[in-house]
Amino acid sequence: MTDLINADLIDLDLTGDDHHEATAKLAGLMAEAGRVTDVEGFLADVRAREEQMPTGLEGGIGIPHARSAHVTVPTLAFGRSKEGVDYGAADGPADLVFLIAAPEGGGSEHMTILASLARRLVHKEFKTALRSAPDADAVATLIRKEVLGQ
Amino acid sequence: MKFVAVTSCPTGIAHTYMAAEALEQAARDAGHEITVETQGAAGAEALNPVDVAEADAVIFAADVDVRDKERFEGKPIVSAGVKRAINNAAAMIAEAVEKAEAAPAGKAPAGAAPMTVAAPTLGPGAKLRLWLMTGVSYMLPFVAAGGILIALAFVIGGAEVATKVSGGEFEGITYEAITDPTQILGEVGLAGLLFYVGGVAFGMLVPILAGFIAYGMADRMGIAPGIVGGLIAATIGAGFLGGLVAGLLAGAVVMALKLIKANQAFSGIMRIVIIPLISVFVVAFIMLVLVGRPIVAATEGLTNWLDGLSGANAILLGLLLGAMMGFDLGGPVNKVAYVFAVGALASDNFTIMAAVMAAGMVPPLGLALASVVRPKLFTPGERQAGKAAWLLGASFITEGAIPFAAADPLRIIPSTMAGGAAAGAVSMAFEATLRAPHGGIWVIGLIGNKVGFIVALLIGTAVTCAVAIALKMVARNKAAAEADDRVMAAI
Repeated sequence: MTDLINADLIDLDLTGDDHHEATAKLAGLMAEAGRVTDVEGFLADVRAREEQMPTGLEGGIGIPHARSAHVTVPTLAFGRSKEGVDYGAADGPADLVFLIAAPEGGGSEHMTILASLARRLVHKEFKTALRSAPDADAVATLIRKEVLGQ
Repeated sequence: MKFVAVTSCPTGIAHTYMAAEALEQAARDAGHEITVETQGAAGAEALNPVDVAEADAVIFAADVDVRDKERFEGKPIVSAGVKRAINNAAAMIAEAVEKAEAAPAGKAPAGAAPMTVAAPTLGPGAKLRLWLMTGVSYMLPFVAAGGILIALAFVIGGAEVATKVSGGEFEGITYEAITDPTQILGEVGLAGLLFYVGGVAFGMLVPILAGFIAYGMADRMGIAPGIVGGLIAATIGAGFLGGLVAGLLAGAVVMALKLIKANQAFSGIMRIVIIPLISVFVVAFIMLVLVGRPIVAATEGLTNWLDGLSGANAILLGLLLGAMMGFDLGGPVNKVAYVFAVGALASDNFTIMAAVMAAGMVPPLGLALASVVRPKLFTPGERQAGKAAWLLGASFITEGAIPFAAADPLRIIPSTMAGGAAAGAVSMAFEATLRAPHGGIWVIGLIGNKVGFIVALLIGTAVTCAVAIALKMVARNKAAAEADDRVMAAI
């Protein structure tokens, strides 16, 4: 199975005036990697989800996500932001942004991987390690190890 | 304390699982136990009914409707959106503790809101009963479908339909067994087909019972060893009691294996390969070697002993055979008595067959009657089983009593044995005769001294009914009754 994430899907210097822009940058990485066929279409699906309820979580986390027909394989793109991007959490902007893309009719195997990723996101140690990881490779390795046990 | 929770969100790929993880962490940190059902895109594994029954409170962290909410009726409920659980799971756990403590222990007084009953942890007896009930609840449709199909086959095709399908001699005519089931419709007609399909459904009865007893104990991983153990119980002719043994054994083995803590990388292999492999092998080995052989030996011993009794007092023989019919309801002891009667048939002794059939009809009839006379002593599932049991009993399908007996063997088996013994003895006393090996009330034409046979049926039915009701009322304290009520609500 294709890896959930690799160094090309990580931006350790994510910038953006608002969450739309930051999310679009991460989605661009997915498109370059050939995992999203139509960036605009995918972003519209993410926005639709975001409008139901903001995806910002307390503790500096943003998890824009969608199941979308424009996604080919379950993919995670990760961005770290110095200034922070507002994803609508009550306690302020997010410095860790996870864009989660799932194919529309994804099999349960794929969904299980995303589920185990989501579970990791609430672990303090995982977040601390992500904040202190030196480079994109280290982040990719960390996520693969935590989520897939590889 | 013990909690159960359900998490769900619109997309079902992120918040559902984050909330579950956060609740599990917070509960652990506060020293409580929690089981979470994630109703997300990866598919929800339903909460075990035992966990639900034992839970002191229920937590919903959901932005969309929680599925199957009625499972939680009567429990204190803490409800919020998924985000609250992710951001502040500890507060939700604390709230659940508060609500559980505020709820009165045991049964709520009349008029109180039904949402405020706290459940003390189930005792071992109640737990066992819940496991058995779980197995029975999954088995019921097989009993109803299989039993009614077989009964219909007798109604349409007469008693000879069984022999036409399975082969053997009936009324002096020898039939070849049908070896290719696709030919049945052409060779034996619709009745034959009904009989065959009913038999297939009945064949699943013990495996399903065992599989879902194990499921009740050990969740999804219990199913494989339970069903394999149940199939072996069916193959070695151990009957539903063998199924109970297989199910409880499978559940216990998986529970024990789950105690082994594996590290993250290994736990996937544990769940997918190791536990199924070891549990299936261990259960199958024990069922075949340690349970199977003694049953075969005991069956042979019992058969020889019965043969030695041939000249004994007829009424005593009827009493004994009747009790055997009622003991395991299609299991090995029942089969020994039945085969003895079929053997007597071959040597032109028709009274024994009549006694054995009367005794085999009585257990479902008596329990059906009991579930109508005192419905409160029976669960809703048992009352449903009772409706089908009338037809099954009338058709000499003793298995119709299994749902009752599997759920509460210690009280039900004495009642079916007593009723069977009474029917067998009375039938012998009237010297009723029967020239067919099956068919129940539908072969009334082949019964000699019909009045005597029906009197035997009525007496046996009344005895089973009375004993079952008496035992259910006497040997049942208040706490057990309350545990039962909660168990019923959870299934």
